[in-house]
Amino acid sequence: MAIGVRTEDLRKVYSSAPPMAATGIMARPPEKSKQPKPQIKALDGLSLEVKPGEIFCLLGPNGAGKSTTIGIITTRVRTTSGKAWVGEHEVWQEQAKVKRLIGVVPQRPNLDFSLTAREILIFHAAYFGIPPKEGAQRADELLEKFKLTDRSGQLTRGFSGGMMQRLSIARAMMHDPQVLFLDEPSAGLDPQTRILLWEIIREYNQLGKTVVLTTHNMEEADTLCQRLVIVDHGRVIAKGTPTELKRSIPGGFLLRLHFAKQTPELMQRLQRLAGVREVRPLDSTGADVYADRGGSLIAEVASVAAGVGAELSDVHISEPSLENLFLHHTGRSLRD
Amino acid sequence: MNWKAFGAMLVRDAHVARRNVVQIMFQTFLQPLLFVFIFGRVMVGSGYMPPAYKSLLLPGIIAISMVFTGIWAVCMPLIAEFQWTREIEDRLLAPIDISWIAIEKVVAGMLQAIVAGLVVLPLAWLVLRPGVDISIHKPLEFVAMIVLVSLFSATGGLLLGCSMNQQHVGLMFSMVITPMIFFGCTYYPWSALNTFPILQKVVLINPLVYASEGLRAALVPQFPHLSTVAVLLALCLVDILLLMLGLRQFEKKAIS
Repeated sequence: MAIGVRTEDLRKVYSSAPPMAATGIMARPPEKSKQPKPQIKALDGLSLEVKPGEIFCLLGPNGAGKSTTIGIITTRVRTTSGKAWVGEHEVWQEQAKVKRLIGVVPQRPNLDFSLTAREILIFHAAYFGIPPKEGAQRADELLEKFKLTDRSGQLTRGFSGGMMQRLSIARAMMHDPQVLFLDEPSAGLDPQTRILLWEIIREYNQLGKTVVLTTHNMEEADTLCQRLVIVDHGRVIAKGTPTELKRSIPGGFLLRLHFAKQTPELMQRLQRLAGVREVRPLDSTGADVYADRGGSLIAEVASVAAGVGAELSDVHISEPSLENLFLHHTGRSLRD
Repeated sequence: MNWKAFGAMLVRDAHVARRNVVQIMFQTFLQPLLFVFIFGRVMVGSGYMPPAYKSLLLPGIIAISMVFTGIWAVCMPLIAEFQWTREIEDRLLAPIDISWIAIEKVVAGMLQAIVAGLVVLPLAWLVLRPGVDISIHKPLEFVAMIVLVSLFSATGGLLLGCSMNQQHVGLMFSMVITPMIFFGCTYYPWSALNTFPILQKVVLINPLVYASEGLRAALVPQFPHLSTVAVLLALCLVDILLLMLGLRQFEKKAIS
């Protein structure tokens, strides 16, 4: 039976450098401390619920707290406060039980460099108590599936990034976990390998398994995930299905405009155009216009601008997307 | 406790050690055997050292080989696996309490240290003979010494491996290991320090002193040595302390 994942009000403050990519916001050190250590607030009350058997995604920019969240759910990071559950098991209290249920693909490959590709899989199976014969058979199947059979007898030190990533995923699947966690699985992969990866994830999900992944790639979140949360500064800022979330952007289309100058009058006139839902001033010459139409609005925008003596100098139109949603909530691009 | 996972991790370490056996042999045996040859054969043969020195030297050489094999076997992989390759994460995600992963490392280190001691003993004897007067009169005492010394080496490796940065490995050898060897009563008995009373007290903080003196008591009791009871007690205390500190450091490293 498929298993869900839940977190409740997770908070995490690192008093030393956070591990790997899990960086967050710098907070002020406690004032009375004799030796003030930099305190980094990575999670600030993050709650989420992953339903059994779905592909769930945490979308957010680097340093948003995605890796820390995955770290906590997979027993690798201790919370400052808050709790997490995998199925019925509270992660911190029942670590060994939780570890049996989960498979983890880390952001940075952590393959055992002293072993060959095939041995990595077989030993991983042995750690989970799978008998050697069964482990070897499963290893061969996965090596075949991930197109690594011809390299199975080699040490992994010389593997390319894509090969290491595929082997990491194969390893995470060796013990047939109920929940598969993938931290930025497609970072650094070429488009072909990325598509292979997505197929593999979908196929695994169709076996009734839950998949949780983090990404800062909107396309990945959009095409792969059934539900997602958008995370920024250690908090969930939006959640839902990709379609629901995109629909929640006022109008759907985003027009990022630049003028010779930006005046309050111009903002007001833009707001009055048919189809415009929301206008937000942007630095001294720009404006973000959320509207339910895109290109057809430009001629009217240009004439309004000319009318107030602020010539339109640059236009960028985006269709409804998660990127726009993120921009709408934070004022920043996901890539910033 | 998940014995299957524990056993699989031990098999993994044995498998890796077997793969690197030539390298490990050189690392473990070359230096002690060269030392044995120069001091036991050349210096004694040319009359600069008395013939009895051969027998006195042997327990110290075994202590050095065991202690540094154990430290090396646990410390170096831990430093690399935690800081560089992060490959230990595979085992940290195995369904076993993480303290047991540290204990597995200690057991693997102990086994390597014991093998090193048991191999260097006949090898050194071969280089030194004739005129080496060693015997195992009290096998139980000898076994206890070997186990406690190997545990000291492996727990020391655990603590060092979880406390040090990769860039400080060189410093560790010059600041910790080298003074430990020279003030470890390995090449001379503790009683030889009678003429340096302060130094004689200070070196008692060095656990290698108890390792060398303990093996001397077990193998060449005809030479002066620290009391066996004192040595056993000191080694037990050192082992417990290092294990506790090592496990704490391991957990700190393993969970952020």
